[in-house]
Amino acid sequence: MKPPIPLVPAVWSEFKDLQEWEKYHQERPDNDKTSEALASIAEAIHHFPGGWIVTTSTEKIFNWARSSSIWPVTFGLACCAIEMMATFASRFDVERFGMVPWASPRHSDLMIVSGTVTIKMAQMLKRIYEQMPDIKWVISMGSCANSGGPFRHGYHVVKGVDRVVPVDVYVPGCPPTPDSLMYGLLRLQEQVAQFQKTGTRPAPAEPA
Amino acid sequence: MTALTPAAASSQIQARFGVTPSAEGHELSLTLPLERWQEFGRFAKDTLECRYFNWLTAVDWKEQGLEVVVRLDNLDAGVAVSMRTRLAAGATRCPTLTGVFRGADWMERECYDMFGVVFEGHPNLKRILLSDDWEGYPLRKDYAVDTPQAPYR
Repeated sequence: MKPPIPLVPAVWSEFKDLQEWEKYHQERPDNDKTSEALASIAEAIHHFPGGWIVTTSTEKIFNWARSSSIWPVTFGLACCAIEMMATFASRFDVERFGMVPWASPRHSDLMIVSGTVTIKMAQMLKRIYEQMPDIKWVISMGSCANSGGPFRHGYHVVKGVDRVVPVDVYVPGCPPTPDSLMYGLLRLQEQVAQFQKTGTRPAPAEPA
Repeated sequence: MTALTPAAASSQIQARFGVTPSAEGHELSLTLPLERWQEFGRFAKDTLECRYFNWLTAVDWKEQGLEVVVRLDNLDAGVAVSMRTRLAAGATRCPTLTGVFRGADWMERECYDMFGVVFEGHPNLKRILLSDDWEGYPLRKDYAVDTPQAPYR
């Protein structure tokens, strides 16, 4: 059996827009040698005596491990960061979900965009995002990061952080309470588990 | 030495500049011609002892041009002076006050950033809040807030 050919992970800047990025992440390409190799290995193990226990349980363990060690990069922009800090602190304590606020983007899986993104800040935000290793996740926290919020008509505000980086979970509120953010983090855990299992990010919700 | 009263300050200004400030309590307000701008700043600091450069901003009166407004405070006597000057329609040049008040430095840079008022003689007149490649002056009335700023909108 030939060794799997690693696919060069695509970076965000190679995509024209968010739709193309979503499309890429919603399906694996047909010629994905890595996935095929992994699938054949799993298939081989599956046919050993008792192998099904290994394949199914390891997958569950890995999904559990991945989704319960999401490290958000310590990155606060505005007043939402106060609520984010409260979420990280002892009363709400997201460390029981395995989320450790980490002071380096190089070791982080998640960026919580907590606050207004100005046009001047957008390039720094994008740089931090690009410093994070794949696979990375973004939570847009609060009205400002979702859409510009009360500052939408200002001359200096990016009208939604999804114009800068792709966003996985939007948390509404101005600012969202720690409960809301925690709900968003739990939803993100579900997404991460699903992504690791199937390789697809959930499709954006249909507009009502 | 007696503390400066608003009335005394008003009469000193009247005697030297020939302008009667409009008084509102302890606040005096006057409009100056552009060429006496720096002279009045020096006079207010030395003679009226307004040592606190409170703020500097501008007003966009559209086709009537820009107006630069400065507030100076004499905190000991409790006298405030608002000095104003009108720039001609379409004109952006105004003398700097950095030679008189060090505190005018950043405020004039901010005024340049937001209104495009060019303070002549300023040692370091460049944008202070917005990025260096920003186009236009956002607090002017004719600035469209939806001006595209590639690549983020």
